[in-house]
Amino acid sequence: MSILVGEHTKLVVSGLTGREGSFHGLNNRRYGTQVVAGVTPGKGGSDVEGIPVFDTVHEAVAETGANTSMIFVPPRFAADAILEAADAGVELCICITEGIPVHDMLRVYTQLKRDGRKRLIGPNCPGVLSPGKANVGIIPAHFFKPGSVGLVSRSGTLTYQIGNEIAQRGLGNSTIVGIGGDPIVGSSFIDIVQMFEEDPETELIVLVGEIGGDEEERTADFIAENVSKPVVGYIAGFTAPPGKTMGHAGAIISGSKGTAQAKAEALEARGVRVGRNPTEVAEIVAEILGARV
Amino acid sequence: MDLLEYQGKQLFRKHGVPVPEGRHADSVDAAVAAADELGYPVVVKAQVKIGGRGKAGGIKLARNRDEARAHAEAILGMDIRGFTVHELWIERASEIEEEYYAAVLLDRSAKRPLVMLSRMGGMDVEEIAARDPQAIVRLHIDPLLGFQDFHGRRLAFEAGIARDVVRPVGAILGKLYEVFIREDATLVEVNPLLVTKSREVVALDAKVTLDDNALWRHPDSAEFRDVSAEDPQERMAKERGLQYVKLDGNVGILGNGAGLVMSTLDVVAQAGGKPANFCDAGGGAKADEIVAAVEVILSDPKVTALLFNIFGGITRCDEVARGLVEAFERLDISVPVVVRLDGTNDEEGRRILAEANLEGVHVAKTMLDAARRVVELAGPVPQEARA
Repeated sequence: MSILVGEHTKLVVSGLTGREGSFHGLNNRRYGTQVVAGVTPGKGGSDVEGIPVFDTVHEAVAETGANTSMIFVPPRFAADAILEAADAGVELCICITEGIPVHDMLRVYTQLKRDGRKRLIGPNCPGVLSPGKANVGIIPAHFFKPGSVGLVSRSGTLTYQIGNEIAQRGLGNSTIVGIGGDPIVGSSFIDIVQMFEEDPETELIVLVGEIGGDEEERTADFIAENVSKPVVGYIAGFTAPPGKTMGHAGAIISGSKGTAQAKAEALEARGVRVGRNPTEVAEIVAEILGARV
Repeated sequence: MDLLEYQGKQLFRKHGVPVPEGRHADSVDAAVAAADELGYPVVVKAQVKIGGRGKAGGIKLARNRDEARAHAEAILGMDIRGFTVHELWIERASEIEEEYYAAVLLDRSAKRPLVMLSRMGGMDVEEIAARDPQAIVRLHIDPLLGFQDFHGRRLAFEAGIARDVVRPVGAILGKLYEVFIREDATLVEVNPLLVTKSREVVALDAKVTLDDNALWRHPDSAEFRDVSAEDPQERMAKERGLQYVKLDGNVGILGNGAGLVMSTLDVVAQAGGKPANFCDAGGGAKADEIVAAVEVILSDPKVTALLFNIFGGITRCDEVARGLVEAFERLDISVPVVVRLDGTNDEEGRRILAEANLEGVHVAKTMLDAARRVVELAGPVPQEARA
């Protein structure tokens, strides 16, 4: 089944006529994703290697039945592009754009929550890959093959690193989801872990976190109460320099939370095995899945 | 971007948050002239981007010109927890009757702005919060609705603010929220929010952090960048659009993506090495950016070996390889370089490196192998470099 993307995905790319948008949009199509439309205001009626381009997402959806959107527009236009996709009725929006102002995302997040039926992945994320089915985003798909490991991460390149280490042990992935590294992202670890828990193709979940915020700690609590499948964790940033101080207010909010140590301990206390480097994560995954065969 | 107190107060003034009158000074003479102009008593305040200035002796009351001169001389150049004081803020002294605490910040767990208010302001607010969480009242604001007058009243009454200043305090919270929204801030903090003997409410301090991603919307705020306080290498990196943090080891590290670079630091440390820096070339780095990154990393004399750890997604490995070859042509690279390249166009990248056949470049198969190799090549951290 996989989660989020698959054979059913009909993708509209906002920013398809841009350099990166066309490179990755065509790359996604080459992988087998149905890329049905592009959107660039003012370029309606043209096409990118046969993919029709529309002026608005509404028009693209009406003409092609697109159900998934990928955002590849510059940061100052990205929040608007997400809202446009949601308004046009697209159910899933995957925003790759990096550097969107956080206040823009606060408003977008609140609006999408209010709507209730729309899901956003990202921004500042590598996208979603269900090996063998569909790739939406910038994940180098040739490293991965179909399998039963669900992988969710806040970091793009670290996702590739760990996914690749797992692949080198002969294992495959059900779906790989990069949720994005920004302070405000559309979908959380908890959202994705819940989907993997419900996905019959996923046998084991790998959670790749990093310093900052308290997502990992809250996900640890969620796993303890709601997840029956084994979860393997990794946290980056044990030796990273301390981040910028948020002043008193930040300290009041986060307390001792947010460090790699605190996150790893929170996960371990809830029965999640945490690898200390990407290679060790893959070893633990292989050990658990190997023992089950 | 963290602002200095006087820069934050500049934004406060712009949005109608009352602040005491003051002058900026970057020399002793300028400080004395500012104090004369304001009239005594004045407060001489160190401008550094870190808390605890008062305790460190960075804030002093001057009752006359001699004291103003003496305090300015003592505070300029002072080191406050690793931050050197280059600038002063000279402010007309306020008569303190009550000290409150107010803040608006981004609560990333709730994904909403959070407004906080406490009757217990002044120093050590973190300790107060830890000891008695009830002492600070909090309210999340719907960003689509914004801050309403009743929010201000509710917070002020719940915090137990003196009745006669409930309205001005509520109004100031609304204005702080406006600073937060209009200036694209992620933190707006006032400690203390002061009630004077004449029952006026003023912001005696200002701690503001702006969202760097939104600076294009605020061309005026770009001038707040305080280059004097930045590490020269970090400044050089910023000018080249790189994420760079200087550390104190000898293994130079260049990667793509914050998560992978952080993981690389961890793995190098696990292999027994000491990273010299954190350098993220970012997504989609081109050859030019790679050359710039190598230049920045090697400008640190402590670096004895360099690790390239690239897993390309949007970044193309052939571009990285071209950048490395170009760096060897343009720069004098005398340290060994370990390269690990995987991801988009990796075969092409490895081919470019093989053809260039650069002396001192070692290609590693995996991240772990690369980390072990670079630690071996870097050798121990030299004694003199540790100082």
